[in-house]
Amino acid sequence: MKKAVDVGRIVKVSGPLVIAEGMGTSRMYDVVKVSENRLVGEIIELEGERASIQVYEDTSGVGPGEPVYPTHEPLSVELGPGLIEAIYDGIQRPLPDIAARTGAFIARGVEVPALPRDKKWKFVPTVKKGQQVVAGDIIGTVAETVIIEHRIMVPPGISGQVAEIHKGSFTVEDTVAVIKTTDGKKTNLTMMQRWSVRKPRPYARKRVPTEILSTGQRIIDTFFPQGKGGTACIPGPFGSGKTVIQHQLAKWADAEVVVYVGCGERGNEMTDVLIEFPELADPKSGEPLMKRTVLIANTSNMPVAAREASVYTGITIGEYFRDMGYSVALMADSTSRWAEAMREISGRLEEMPGEEGYPAYLSARIAEFYERAGLVECLGSDSRRGALSVVGAVSPPGGDLSDPVVQATLRVVKVFWALEANLAYARHFPAISWLRSYSLYANTIAESLRETLGSKYLADTREAMRILQEEADLAEIVRLIGIDALSPNERLIMEAARSIREDFLHQDAFHDIDTYASMDKQARMLSLVLRYYREARKALDAGAALDELVNLPVRETIARSRYITEKEREKITKTEEEIVTQIACLKKEVV
Amino acid sequence: MPRTRNTPRNTSPHNTPSKKKVLKSKKTVKKSGSKASKQKLQGIIDYQTIVSVAGPLLIVEGVEGAKYEELVEIFLPTGEKRRGRVLEVNEDKALIQIFEGSSGIEIGRTRVRFLGKGITLGVSEDLLGRVFDGLGQPRDDSPPLIPEEFRDINGLPINPYARAYPNEFIQTGISCIDGLNTLVRGQKLPIFSGSGLPHNRMAAQIARQAKVLGAKGEFAVVFGAMGITFEEAQFFIDDFRRTGALERAVLFLNLADDPAIERIATPRVAFTAAEYLAFTKGYHVLVILTDLTNYCEALREISAARKEIPGRRGYPGYLYTDLAAIYERSGRIKGSDGSITLIPILTMPEDDKTHPIPDLTGYITEGQIILSRTLHHKSISPPVDVLPSLSRLKDKGIGAGKTREDHADLFNQLYAAYARGKEAAELAVILGEAALTDIDKKYMAFANEFERRYISQGEYEDRTISETLDLGWELLAMLPRAEMKRVRDANLERYYDKAAAKFAKEEESKV
Repeated sequence: MKKAVDVGRIVKVSGPLVIAEGMGTSRMYDVVKVSENRLVGEIIELEGERASIQVYEDTSGVGPGEPVYPTHEPLSVELGPGLIEAIYDGIQRPLPDIAARTGAFIARGVEVPALPRDKKWKFVPTVKKGQQVVAGDIIGTVAETVIIEHRIMVPPGISGQVAEIHKGSFTVEDTVAVIKTTDGKKTNLTMMQRWSVRKPRPYARKRVPTEILSTGQRIIDTFFPQGKGGTACIPGPFGSGKTVIQHQLAKWADAEVVVYVGCGERGNEMTDVLIEFPELADPKSGEPLMKRTVLIANTSNMPVAAREASVYTGITIGEYFRDMGYSVALMADSTSRWAEAMREISGRLEEMPGEEGYPAYLSARIAEFYERAGLVECLGSDSRRGALSVVGAVSPPGGDLSDPVVQATLRVVKVFWALEANLAYARHFPAISWLRSYSLYANTIAESLRETLGSKYLADTREAMRILQEEADLAEIVRLIGIDALSPNERLIMEAARSIREDFLHQDAFHDIDTYASMDKQARMLSLVLRYYREARKALDAGAALDELVNLPVRETIARSRYITEKEREKITKTEEEIVTQIACLKKEVV
Repeated sequence: MPRTRNTPRNTSPHNTPSKKKVLKSKKTVKKSGSKASKQKLQGIIDYQTIVSVAGPLLIVEGVEGAKYEELVEIFLPTGEKRRGRVLEVNEDKALIQIFEGSSGIEIGRTRVRFLGKGITLGVSEDLLGRVFDGLGQPRDDSPPLIPEEFRDINGLPINPYARAYPNEFIQTGISCIDGLNTLVRGQKLPIFSGSGLPHNRMAAQIARQAKVLGAKGEFAVVFGAMGITFEEAQFFIDDFRRTGALERAVLFLNLADDPAIERIATPRVAFTAAEYLAFTKGYHVLVILTDLTNYCEALREISAARKEIPGRRGYPGYLYTDLAAIYERSGRIKGSDGSITLIPILTMPEDDKTHPIPDLTGYITEGQIILSRTLHHKSISPPVDVLPSLSRLKDKGIGAGKTREDHADLFNQLYAAYARGKEAAELAVILGEAALTDIDKKYMAFANEFERRYISQGEYEDRTISETLDLGWELLAMLPRAEMKRVRDANLERYYDKAAAKFAKEEESKV
């Protein structure tokens, strides 16, 4: 903008892709402002003086000859106090501010800062003048919400002596500290950092996840647990409940900060989150969930290129909170829309397509994205640990898992929650298939689970899985020759498996109590369901009739144990005694 | 209009001038007279420099200042006027999509005029009661509308922050929708159908019976037809007329024999009218779009003509984005009284739900109603295949204060029971009914009754929500109490026990 020489000129417009000439001074992935409307765009290809630009806003009415203004900066996000409770579009523009300016519909060319410039935050220094600091060191804190203490860090690449440090209320642009570097230069630090979204934020070293990211969802925590700092994916056809699971994870996952990226999905779903999260209480702190959440909403009708950017915007914000030493969970719904945005841009660039028209670099991009997750030792001298867990929904066409996006994702993620349409039709939710899903964290986190829940719990999970597996085999036989072909013992296994499925795995996300189960409640419920099986098996061996065992009144109590509140969860274990008494009564009758 | 000539080159009659000649003459035109004519005509210039025509596309050269998505008018030597829009501009070349097709276009003598604006629709409340073509021109014999304002048909995306969550229950009077797949105001719920299935009757029944209990506000229907036959369109018109709904309806008709490419504009035009009525005038608008399959085919035609890399089944890779840009225009907005509820109808090729059109639609819409050929053959009407059908917003639209406190438990239980009954029925086909356990037999009987009494109802039968719910309990009473695993105790006591007692009495009296 400063020099007229810098201004490029549009030569071609094709949907979200604009080609401009005279862009010699710009670099790859620089942000540019297209046309007099100053639409935000990003350079994705350079050829001599010509640049291909993906535009993050609708390009209707733009034509050749119009100017392109370079900014000489890569697409970046603003990181600092004010992120929590915000709702952004794909390129970190706050949607409430856009609504305040242009009303209910999003007009083009709106420029609004991501972090509020006028708001003052109370900055409490944690370092003293004269102290040596390195990149990543926390120099002060801001109580951003009741739950989240925002830790102001020395940005990467800066270290030296604290020359000045101020206490008091500041805006994000005010200088709160001055660092004198070893070569004598002074750097002013504000509470805000800028970071390019396509570049992972640095950390000291990565660690293997050893702790469970509990989610309150029984099938996930018990059978296919996600690790803190791990990666998971949920592929499934439409209507199988991907979004409900993502919402459940965002609500109940045991993370300190949640970043929810609605990437090319329904507008009403984001509204749902906006309405629900301020009302729901975080199970740990009792405060509204919104007070730990950052939302990125680039719905399906918003410009396609911004959809491509939204997952990067989200993960960069996630990394920033990880760097403070928090456990962060990022949900991306849906990564297929992100991949489709890549495909659309690639097609317009006339690149040679790979599978299904997706660009050849699809799997590389997906792998890079998931690799930004992890349990890390953060930069800074206090060697604190932070974790960024990522859960991506995938929406393959027709629910077909051979889809390139699913396949590329499965190659990198460690947890696979396979959704099945048939379960969804029977309204068995979450519709996660227990036979096809897997979690590679089961072993690495076993140690910490043994410490908290005991080794009986681990044995229980293995036994429950074995019963479900046996049921699948037996169901084949039943389908071919009927239930009569089974021995009483086998029929009991079928009954036990049904009980595991209906009384334990099935979980109603819309029921006020059933929606969340603590690890302890889960362990108790699983133990109860298995206790019935073990006792019934013993009784069966001792000559009891199967029908009577199946129709024991205690079974209704077992089925209702999910509705027992967290406070009263010991009641669940008491039911185990009931099983023993009722079966003992049966035996007496037999005798 | 088409005869108006505003550039000197048009005054010279010519037979078939070569491309070069035209270019040259054009340049001179620009140099000598364009400035003056630009001022006079606000930059409107005619170009006679078409260099190629392929399918519905044409390329014009030597164009100055053309914009992406700009509206163009094409004047044929016969005096006919057609419309198109700019799909791509590259230097001085513009790629134009012609809505009315390219037949009769002559390279040398056809003129193209760039209008400097996108495609707009003139809107006013007088839209109601009128019939338009697929591009928003009057199709009835009434005079053109006097618009209050012109709106770009592409609209703008609704800010997700400004949306109000759809949670007002719409009673359609159809049990399998109200009870199991509840529709709410501002929802988009498509009907996935197949050729020969009665989806039109079902849509008409919804349009006829839909009401929000105890709510005020005026109701309007916007009907967008894409490539359907005259008979199908007439069915809707007659039905609307008979019930008096026509005065409260706007119809945009692009019939099977109308230009196929025009269909691309039709849903956008329909939504522009709907947005105006809902968010400016406060109407509760029900938009019915039929048949989306034809729309997608028109989109594929354009994509193929542009030689784009095709996605699945030849449909363009941006089909999802394109459909989303249409569907997502429905909803509710904070601070606005009106709402747009969308029911798109699409016929699944070969009843295949994984075909890209239903598949992508299902990923955008908030659920789907799927019609089943098997049920249709069993004379179950409407033949709604309940198990794969879904309304994602039902949980927010039902319950105490909206429908009834037992609603959620009831539909969960009905679903689970029907699924198990169907499973048992399948088993019975293989092994014979004798091989079923007693409880499975009960489930099978339940499934049959459920289809016969709950799903099936008359085309003019308008059931209230409490009738629908009570019927559900009546059917569940066929099953033992221990099977009611999805029902809270309070609801069991209040509803199930009563129904079960009644059922037991009836059984006794039969004996």
